[in-house]
Amino acid sequence: MGNLLLIAYLDIKESLRSKWFYVYTFVFGGLMGLFFISGITDSVVMGFTGLSRLLLIFMQVTIVILPIFILITTVKSISADRESNILEYMLSFPISLRDYYWGKFLGRFATVFLPVMMALIIGIAWGLYKGGEIPWGMVTLYSLLIFSICTVFLGISFFISTLVKSHDIALGLSFTVWIVLLAFIDVALIGLMMQNRVSDQLIITLAMLNPLETFRIGAITLFDPELTVIGPVAYYLLDTLGHGFLMLYAILYPVVLGALFTLLGYTLFRKKDIL
Amino acid sequence: MSVIVDISSATKSFMGVKVLDSIDLKISSGERIAMLGPNGAGKTTLARSILGFYHLESGSITVAGHDPIRERVAVLEKVAFIPQLPPPVKLTLDELLDFVQKSSGVARNRIESFARKMELDIDAHANKPFFKLSGGMKQKMLIAIALARRSALFIFDEPTASLDPKARKLFYDLLSSLDYDYSAIYITHRLEELEGLINRKIYMELGRVVSDEKI
Repeated sequence: MGNLLLIAYLDIKESLRSKWFYVYTFVFGGLMGLFFISGITDSVVMGFTGLSRLLLIFMQVTIVILPIFILITTVKSISADRESNILEYMLSFPISLRDYYWGKFLGRFATVFLPVMMALIIGIAWGLYKGGEIPWGMVTLYSLLIFSICTVFLGISFFISTLVKSHDIALGLSFTVWIVLLAFIDVALIGLMMQNRVSDQLIITLAMLNPLETFRIGAITLFDPELTVIGPVAYYLLDTLGHGFLMLYAILYPVVLGALFTLLGYTLFRKKDIL
Repeated sequence: MSVIVDISSATKSFMGVKVLDSIDLKISSGERIAMLGPNGAGKTTLARSILGFYHLESGSITVAGHDPIRERVAVLEKVAFIPQLPPPVKLTLDELLDFVQKSSGVARNRIESFARKMELDIDAHANKPFFKLSGGMKQKMLIAIALARRSALFIFDEPTASLDPKARKLFYDLLSSLDYDYSAIYITHRLEELEGLINRKIYMELGRVVSDEKI
């Protein structure tokens, strides 16, 4: 446990000096700042205003940029270290592979999760300053959803990072994953539906398997209980599964999927040649 | 003399090419070996296999009776390694020392003492990332760390490649002054520099040991 925490701590310290971390923090912090300046908290859409509106916009932007940020910054954590022989040196010390891998995961989780949460907290503080009330239900749900999305994309990144030896290929793979998942949110699903070439069940299954789609559904359900704004598949899922189950699924499924990918990555890390 | 490294029929291929071809080798404690051979002979692969980085296709390796894959911590507690090129580690020297101290139980002042003997002032660069040091300074730091670990076995892969003649001499003097019965594998192309430090010479070619003689 001591070495695991040591690796996590050193990874966090290393990340705090990295340019990617500053860009990452600046993007999320800057987004919040932009929302304040643009007066989103004062606008009204579908009857929602103030802090709730701000948080909704924040989550909509988060779904687009958070996964790709996590993928491109994390996918190099093991593959780039392997390529540059850092792994060869660091693992020549008496550290178990378990402590190294999970320590890296823990450290990286903290550096991708905390800036987004900080931005969310700043948004809440701003909302309170403007005289609103904290929508506790929404804040809790969004915190859980951010946790879920960080877990799943970190898991995928660590899996790719251990699977592929070249950093460039790892980066290419992570882009491909992101684009495929982005394509298979409602827009592409509607396209498939309209062609009538695949069964509706397959389309629903694809939607349920896509962590980006479950994140979207979870984030918007609070606002639009009918999910009319994000398309027919989401509406069908809501109608079939019910609100409570869908919310639970949107939070738990990405965590389970992320844990599976992380474990798979760990197995590869142990079973394959390290270098 | 007890056997510290026992390699039996070790075979490893990369993309269908045998890089280690059924190698048998025993290294006893106190043996200091110059590992020679052309590029691609399998010297670094053998060193990395001893360190547990590669899974052998067949055969076995043990270090002090431990398997480098299944018991890597027990093996690496006994081995100190210096790579051919200093890796671009992003930790500061301070953090790197912290890592070594906590993972290997080496007192910081021991590393600092060896660094001073290598004419490297750690305090002056403590907050600088390791990769920003000059090539020679990086190598001096790696040498100080390795020697401070007081390991039963040293694996040095071209350890003096980035050092100037003066620093090379300091390194060899330090090795000569170590006051315990260590074993060492020096992967090198400069046999003449190791004179007086080695007592065995192994020559590898195409993944095989083609000559092995005591000096």
